[in-house]
Amino acid sequence: MRHLLSAADLDRAGAVEVLDVAARMAATQQREIKKLPTLRGRTVVNLFFEDSTRTRISFEAAAKRLSADVINFTARGSSVSKGESLKDTALTLEAMGADAVVVRHSASGAPHRLATAGWIRGAVINAGDGTHEHPTQALLDAFTLRRHLVGEDASGADLAGQTVAIVGDVLHSRVARSNVLLLHTLGARVVLVAPPTLLPVGVGRWPCATSYDLDGVLAGDVAGPLDAVMMLRVQGERMNAAYFPSRREYSRRYGLDARRLRLLPPHAIVMHPGPMNRGLEISAEAADSPRSTIVEQVSNGVAVRMAVLFLLLSAASGPASGPATEIAKEIVP
Amino acid sequence: MTSARPGPNHIVLEAGEIARSLTRIAHELLEHNKGADRLVLLGVPTRGVPLAARLAARLGEIEGRTVPVGSLDVTMHRDDLRRQPMRSIAATDLPPGGIDDQIVVLVDDVLFSGRTIRAALDALSDLGRPRAVRLAVLVDRGHRELPIRADHVGKNLPTSFRERVRVSVAEIDGVDEVRIEGDL
Repeated sequence: MRHLLSAADLDRAGAVEVLDVAARMAATQQREIKKLPTLRGRTVVNLFFEDSTRTRISFEAAAKRLSADVINFTARGSSVSKGESLKDTALTLEAMGADAVVVRHSASGAPHRLATAGWIRGAVINAGDGTHEHPTQALLDAFTLRRHLVGEDASGADLAGQTVAIVGDVLHSRVARSNVLLLHTLGARVVLVAPPTLLPVGVGRWPCATSYDLDGVLAGDVAGPLDAVMMLRVQGERMNAAYFPSRREYSRRYGLDARRLRLLPPHAIVMHPGPMNRGLEISAEAADSPRSTIVEQVSNGVAVRMAVLFLLLSAASGPASGPATEIAKEIVP
Repeated sequence: MTSARPGPNHIVLEAGEIARSLTRIAHELLEHNKGADRLVLLGVPTRGVPLAARLAARLGEIEGRTVPVGSLDVTMHRDDLRRQPMRSIAATDLPPGGIDDQIVVLVDDVLFSGRTIRAALDALSDLGRPRAVRLAVLVDRGHRELPIRADHVGKNLPTSFRERVRVSVAEIDGVDEVRIEGDL
C-alpha cells in the first residue's frame, strides 16, 4: 500500500492489519508518555481545502505522537485564496519534502489526482474528498465496532456476522460510502436507511441492503437484529435543493430519539462520525446515552491514523505497487 | 574457522543444553541480585517472550515465589525501520507492579548488533524508571555495532557475519534448538 485513497484499496487482510496496528497504537496512548520516536525526521503535511476540526486535529495528533514533523496547510489564508491551483500547491509541498500528504478537498477525486499525477513522491492519504470517500473515518468506525462487538483483544478478527445500519444523508456522505465498502470487506452486513431523495443513484449495486423504514430496521424486521446504528450528519451545506419537506419531518422519520433507542437490542451501539446536528438526526438522549460511542470514536481516530501513518511511512518503500492499486476502484466490488 | 564445523547447517544447542543454560542464568541472576527481590523479567518479542517466562518459572522454583514477567515491544523504537520491510508490532505487557524502581532484566534470544537492545532501552525509558536494567540472552553471536554487552549469556557463539543464527523455542516453533544456518 503506497497511498490510502479509498476504503476499497484495502482487502480483508490489509484492513485487519490496520485495525491490529491501531490496537497497539491505542495501547501506547494509555501510557504516561504517549510520544513514540517511530517517524522521527519524516514530514506530514495536512492539506485541508475544506473546513474540518476533528479530522485535521486527529491527523495532527497522530503524526505528532509518532514524532513526525507536521505542516498544516488550510486553504483559507493561503495562496489558494489568491487562485493557486492544486498542482502548484502540490509542487510547493514536494519542494518542501513532504513524506505524506493528508488531503481534504471539496472535489471528489482530488486525492487521486494528487497521488497519480506525478506531482509529488510522498504518500497521499484521503481525509475526505467531496461526496466520494473518507477511508480513515471508515477504519476508525470499524475499529470502534470491533472493540465493542468482538472484544478488546480481537487481534486478527474481522466483523463477520455483525449487522450495521447507516442512517441519514447517504447521498452526500463520503463516510457512508467508505463504510459500506470497508464493512463489507470485513464481512459485516450493512443496511442503508434514508429517504429516497437522500440515497445516491446506483445504490442498488453497492454491497449492502437499503430501506426507507427506520423503525422497521431498528426493530430488526428488515435485516435482522442490529449490532450498531450509525447516524449520518445532514449535510445542509451541500444541499442546493429541497431533499425533504422540513427539518421537523426529517427528524420525526429519520432522527434517532429516545423511543427509537429502546427499539435496539441491548448490546447495540450508537455511532456518529460528527459533527452532530443535535435535534435533527440525533436527539440529545441518544447522543449522550451510555451506548453512544461518539466520543470514543474521536480517540480511536488518533490510534487508527497513527496506524495508517505507520504503515505508509515506516517501512522501506518496497517494490512499486504499480498503478493498478492506485486507481480509485469503482464502488462495485 | 568455518571449515572446522560439521557442515553449513547444524545444531549448536539442543533442548537439554538450552534448559541447563536457562537454569544457570537463573542462578546467576539470583546470586548477583542477592535473591529475587525487585526482579522483573521482560521478554523482547518474539522469542524472548517465552524465554523470559521460562526464566521466571525457574526463578520461582528456586526462590519459592512468583517473579513478575512481561513483554516489551521495541518495533516503534527501532532505528532501522526504513531499511527493512514492514515489521509487525507486538504487544507490550508490563506486570501489574510496573517497572519503576525495579531491577528489570531484558531477555532476548540472540544478541547481535545490539540495536534491538538499544531500542529496548529507549522503549523502557518511556514506560518508567527502573532502578537498574540487566540483559540476559540465550546466544551472543558477536558483531556488536553499539557499546552494549549482555550480563548473562547462555552461550557465546563466534559466527561469521554471513551466517544466520536461528533460535527455535517449543512454545512457538514446536522444538527447542539453536541452529546455525549457513554461509550464504
